[in-house]
Amino acid sequence: MKMEIIMAGFGGQGIMLMGEILAHSAMLEGREVSWIPSYGPEMRGGTANCMVVISDKRIPSPIISSPDVLVAMNKPSMEKFTPMVKSGGIVILNKALIDERPARDNIKVIEVDATGIADELGNMRVANMVALGVLIGETGIVKPETVIKSIDYFLPAHRKNMMEINEKALKRGIAEVQK
Amino acid sequence: MEKVLMKGNEALAEAAIRAGCKCFFGYPITPQSELPAYLAREMPKRGGVFLQAESEVAAINMVYGAAGAGVRVMTSSSSPGISLKQEGISYLCGAELPCVIVNIMRGGPGLGDIQPAQSDYFQATRGGGHGDYRTIVLAPSSVQELVDLVYDAFDLADMYRNPVLILGDGILGQMMEPVVFKERPARQLPPKDWATTGKMGRQKTNVINSLYLDPVKLEEHNLKLFKKYQEIEAKEQRYEILNGDDAEYFVVAYGICARIAHAAVEMAREDGIKVGLIRPITLWPYPKKAFEEVLPKAKAFLTVELSLGQMVEDVKLSVEGRAPVYFYGRTGGMVPTAEEIFEEIKKMRGLS
Repeated sequence: MKMEIIMAGFGGQGIMLMGEILAHSAMLEGREVSWIPSYGPEMRGGTANCMVVISDKRIPSPIISSPDVLVAMNKPSMEKFTPMVKSGGIVILNKALIDERPARDNIKVIEVDATGIADELGNMRVANMVALGVLIGETGIVKPETVIKSIDYFLPAHRKNMMEINEKALKRGIAEVQK
Repeated sequence: MEKVLMKGNEALAEAAIRAGCKCFFGYPITPQSELPAYLAREMPKRGGVFLQAESEVAAINMVYGAAGAGVRVMTSSSSPGISLKQEGISYLCGAELPCVIVNIMRGGPGLGDIQPAQSDYFQATRGGGHGDYRTIVLAPSSVQELVDLVYDAFDLADMYRNPVLILGDGILGQMMEPVVFKERPARQLPPKDWATTGKMGRQKTNVINSLYLDPVKLEEHNLKLFKKYQEIEAKEQRYEILNGDDAEYFVVAYGICARIAHAAVEMAREDGIKVGLIRPITLWPYPKKAFEEVLPKAKAFLTVELSLGQMVEDVKLSVEGRAPVYFYGRTGGMVPTAEEIFEEIKKMRGLS
């Protein structure tokens, strides 16, 4: 088993954290993992992205050229990374900020109103957890309980009050693909 | 043992503290700034000194002072900052002072960019500053290896009274992978009876110096250093060979580039090409032994670097004309894909 994932969006959408939580959960489940952030000048105003590789074996390259899964939280991210997605791959789109569908028919596109659902839950900043829920609900790559453990690991002591809403957001994301 | 998910830069910093590093002097620069940031937070809590110097030149001379006093000391920077430190590194080698210097390489020349590169290979392995000297150069290719090599770097520095350079790149510094901080048995190291820590009743005065005005004395000193370098070359070569057993072709790559090359080698294997990977872990001393090991069966070598061809010279010096050596590189912060390297492997097979 090996899965390569690119997550992308605006700076501030919690893209890096979404990738860290996924990588951390997979590590807790005994998998090999790697995570690479974009750290270049494109982070100013454009797209921030990270690459996560999850595997049963030693990971040769942590750099992804054709992902199995893309999570695009805004339009520039969808435009930039959709052409790279493997044929048969999955593209998860944040419908709230993307008014187009990618012009490819050999991928599975899942549209989810991540920002809208997060807003409905009371905090737009948990849109990343909605998207992560969609990802794990669709692929089954890690168990929801492990992700919840990882969210707890990353939330600092003074933010533990955010645990509940993050958990809700994750579960709403899972429900979006399992309804 | 508990696995933690950590960034290369932070894991390196944590490993340094655990290896007994007591002083860190540095000046911030992307893409290694998480390293001093981590130490700024942790060193004061754990009995160490963190000092952000006014410049790279100041930092490396503080390293000289702390190393002269016999404490474990480290500095870190990225390419342009490491260039600024070269005068100090030459002095450290001349005065035979142990220390660890980290270079998380970015694109050059000049200010270049902040993306990953391997274009400081010549500078790292050929001395870098003025004079007849060498530094030991270690090239990790994963976050776990970064951690493990930090312990080795401090030990090697103390063992040979010589600066040790850890050569990483922007990706390795920024990426996260699981790491385990293993407890390591303490190595038997020579006493630092040369350190300038006050005479405390001792008869001999210790002097830390790199000035020998008498050429007879300086030649003697250089020959002594040279003898040490020969011993290091004989004893400390390190490398890893992957998919090597039945290989007829070899890709040679280090650091993050070796990871991408490994993916390309796996693609080529699926395509039926008998290709292996030589991954140098020490860049100086260069692991010539790896080439002796594979040369009887090797038809050709392909060196892949994030530069326009630097390590390839050492590959040629190791192969000594016994097989063709090809090269593929990207530069300026661009990183090749595994597919690109796979194409080059196919070309190599076609040519030889």
